[in-house]
Amino acid sequence: MAKKKPVDQMRFEEAFEELAALVGQLESGEQPLEESLALFERGQSLAAHCSQLLEQAELKLRQLVPDDSGGYSESDLELEAE
Amino acid sequence: MLRAMGVLSLFGLPTTVWSPSQLNRHVRQVLESDYRLSDLWLAGEVANLSHPASGHLYFSVRDSEAAVRCVMWRPEVARLPRLPRDGEAVEAHGHLSVYEAGGQYQLYADQIAFAGEGALYQEFLRLKAVLEAEGLFDPDRKRDLPKWPRRIGVVSSPTGAALRDVVNVLGRRYPLAELILSPTPVQGEAAPAAIVEALRAVNQYGNPDVILLVRGGGSMEDLWAFNTEEVVRAVVNSTAPVVTGIGHETDVHLADFAADRQAPTPSAAAEIATPDRAELAGELREHRQRLARAWRRQRDERHSQVAKQRAALALASPQARIANARQRSDDLARRVVAAVRHELALRQAGLRGLVQTLTAVGPETVLARGYAVVRRLADGQVVRSMAQVKAGDPLGVRVSDGSFGARVEI
Repeated sequence: MAKKKPVDQMRFEEAFEELAALVGQLESGEQPLEESLALFERGQSLAAHCSQLLEQAELKLRQLVPDDSGGYSESDLELEAE
Repeated sequence: MLRAMGVLSLFGLPTTVWSPSQLNRHVRQVLESDYRLSDLWLAGEVANLSHPASGHLYFSVRDSEAAVRCVMWRPEVARLPRLPRDGEAVEAHGHLSVYEAGGQYQLYADQIAFAGEGALYQEFLRLKAVLEAEGLFDPDRKRDLPKWPRRIGVVSSPTGAALRDVVNVLGRRYPLAELILSPTPVQGEAAPAAIVEALRAVNQYGNPDVILLVRGGGSMEDLWAFNTEEVVRAVVNSTAPVVTGIGHETDVHLADFAADRQAPTPSAAAEIATPDRAELAGELREHRQRLARAWRRQRDERHSQVAKQRAALALASPQARIANARQRSDDLARRVVAAVRHELALRQAGLRGLVQTLTAVGPETVLARGYAVVRRLADGQVVRSMAQVKAGDPLGVRVSDGSFGARVEI
């Protein structure tokens, strides 16, 4: 099996898509039992990771600001309260 | 109820025969039940205008191929800044229904927008034709939006309602993303150039996966920047795909035609560009269940396979043969020992027989029967013949229980 990225370092979409692929793989049932167990366990941690990211995510707000060199740089965007 | 009796269709089934009023009423109900027809804008050129003494306004709105009849009642007509003219480009708003007496469907208009006194609208149509001919609006130019946008560029006013709407929608739907605002005025003389620059800046410095070009509602003049050639070209040339959400539901702008996706409002643009957190959570739950199910099924299957194989193994096992062989070898060993013993016993018996025979033919037995062994004392020779002795020779006589001396007498 190829070397896999530690789950807690994965971005949501990576984990989500690996999870989806892994579910399909496990459902095909074509691997030895030990491998299935490994898939199942990794799937569980991927799902947990995804849920956690979804729950904890907070939209980051940034904006482009012209800089001295004629280009732009990024800074946090503060929205005025309504 | 006017209904002919006993009329049969070709297929022998009774069929309804309508009266005109029934049919018109039914068609009206059908038309009025379609919500899209209850609130619509119809754009085109005014024709057959009539404004009788009743104060109502009757006209058609047409394009080069078709026309739709329209009516506007006096109270609405009274609110118009002026009457439209034949041949003038307008947008009429209202709902569609049927004039039952005439059997004619028509737009019941409550509002007429004059297309920028014609001039702006004419310019809009001219530019649309030019850019369309150039292929800028071709469907095959449209790019797919990324499934998982990480960075979402927003080109809009930093103070407008549009930005706030986008932030709300993104925060609710897909807070995993990052929003990069490329601020620009969206109204006024300087707006087109500023929008072009904001698009360039966000493409070059913002590293966006998708760009939302958004602005809240306004008059056609307010929104004119989004009908300018430079903005259209900037949208077409954007590195990242662009979703427009400009004005209200009914507005259409040249930038919308040029965009990869067009949404009716800023909020809708944000929705089109992102997956929904609630749906993702649902999919996650489903994945979890499928994962657990697949694992359980596989494990159970293997368990029963193992049980089956264990049984098969027991059947095919060499253990049975080993046990068999072990028993057989014990058996053989026993038989060997027995055979050897038997042989030995036989030999011993043979030996006893021999000893008896030996004893039987030995001198002791013969002596016991009365014979004696006679030897010459001089040399110990056994006397077997008369020639061996002469008178007076001393002899030794051995009998069964001892010996004694004697002399030869002849």
